[in-house]
Amino acid sequence: MVDYDKMLNSRIKKVKPSGIRRFFDIANEMEHVISLSIGEPDFKTPWHVREEGIKTLEKGKTWYSPNRGFAKLRNEISSYYRRRFSLEYDPDSEVLVTVGGSEAIDVCIRCLVEEGDEVLIPQPCFVCYEPITEMAGATPVIIETKAENDFRLTPEELESHITPKSKLLILPFPNNPTGAVMRRSDLEAIARIVEKYDLFVLSDEIYGELTYGGERHVSFAEIDGMKERTAVINGFSKSYAMTGWRLGYALGPAPVIDQMTKLHQFAIMSAPTTAQYAAIEALKNGDSDIESMKKQYDMRRRLVVGSFQKMGLSCFEPNGAFYCFPCIKSTGLTSEQFCLGLINSKHVAVVPGNAFGECGEGYIRVSYSYSLDHLGEALNRIEEYLSEIKNR
Amino acid sequence: MDELLKLLSGNSKFTSDELSMILDEPKDYLEKQIREYENTGVIKGYQAIVDWDKVPDAKVTAMIEIKVTPQKDTGFNSVAAQIMSFDEVESLYLMAGSYDFAVYVTGKTMQEVAMFVSRRLSTLESVLSTSTHFLLKKYKESGIDFYEDDSEEDKRSLVL
Repeated sequence: MVDYDKMLNSRIKKVKPSGIRRFFDIANEMEHVISLSIGEPDFKTPWHVREEGIKTLEKGKTWYSPNRGFAKLRNEISSYYRRRFSLEYDPDSEVLVTVGGSEAIDVCIRCLVEEGDEVLIPQPCFVCYEPITEMAGATPVIIETKAENDFRLTPEELESHITPKSKLLILPFPNNPTGAVMRRSDLEAIARIVEKYDLFVLSDEIYGELTYGGERHVSFAEIDGMKERTAVINGFSKSYAMTGWRLGYALGPAPVIDQMTKLHQFAIMSAPTTAQYAAIEALKNGDSDIESMKKQYDMRRRLVVGSFQKMGLSCFEPNGAFYCFPCIKSTGLTSEQFCLGLINSKHVAVVPGNAFGECGEGYIRVSYSYSLDHLGEALNRIEEYLSEIKNR
Repeated sequence: MDELLKLLSGNSKFTSDELSMILDEPKDYLEKQIREYENTGVIKGYQAIVDWDKVPDAKVTAMIEIKVTPQKDTGFNSVAAQIMSFDEVESLYLMAGSYDFAVYVTGKTMQEVAMFVSRRLSTLESVLSTSTHFLLKKYKESGIDFYEDDSEEDKRSLVL
């Protein structure tokens, strides 16, 4: 008999599995569920991008790529950052192409922290930062962002969580699940604290292109003095609707990217080849695709946020990503009770806010990555559900 | 294209409240705009898009190509007026290319449609020839998918 408990790495065993699985299992088993729970674009990858992938497959270009990614792709990424954010990254030493943004986050955290270090993580946020930190042996320090600050990280909140062990700050904006964005002035205030305490920053800007309300996304690396202490994580999944291609990248100071490349090289070897060819096409000729998808998301965003406000659920205006995060505390239910009730009685699936950290309790994450018709139907059902709860 | 018209042509059931949120325009303004479109005939009407194959007494549809002799004074218009006066004719278009009119005709059976073509359309004075094509299967109409395999189903996995 093998004693697996003894066999397995105790640090990995200690990591809690994603709590949301149980809820997703229920949603998956139920028929005719209208979902507002999915965290990826409903658009297909633009045809010219898919076609480029197909062409290279037809030509048999199916070999490994260089560890850091094709030079041509790194050049395009670099010129995209120059064009959109006026940032200069050397394609040879400051760019690493990865398997999705997720791999970039993983190698970045693992390269930077070790036992004894603390990683500052604003929550609610995407679920991966905390477990990756734990698996790296470091300690996650959770900073709860608040609805009254539109779920932005404030310098006061950040400073109050800093200890001599603090090393890395995660900046997950535009934010999944809240849709919060950090504008330039917000980032400048954070930068002063980062400098004061000599922190390094992992800025996860995967939703950067999906920023609404007139102002463009500002990269944390654009703020004075921050480029040298920031790894910017981005990718093709959200902006070009390329989730399944699994392609992301990290930009940062050469010494950091060098170490990340080492990890990537030994663990992954190289990012998917076909996806890289397609991504070159996306960066070269895809700006208008981003604009047209963004316009659609923006219409949906206004419908969803406006409808929640009309239903009497307080919902701050999310200005990024494709989520909104209404507060359901007025119903007297917990997030999970609310979501289970909604799926059982109305067959509508949304995600309990506490899946993204304890401070998400009392909220639900609603994805508007769906057609307007689909959203309209789901919102009607949520409204019925709310009035049924009220009349109970 | 006008965003309002684009939205309504996809789904005319959006309420003015919904349209106001989606387009970020005041409700009164949009209602006025819609009335104006209706009054000036930009919006001709609102219809349900029916999948007739699912209704017990199903209909058959044919597209008929017609070649005609244009009339001296009125050109194609008077011929068109004759053709469109039949209740069986659902749509009528003047075409560029190898024939003149495309006529969409519905009937209860293929026989009924064929009879209509031979008795009513072919016999019109200016009609030179007709060619009837029966619709076998509808995949897409008015931007709506009628093809019910699972290819358009939401295949995205539940991933946070």
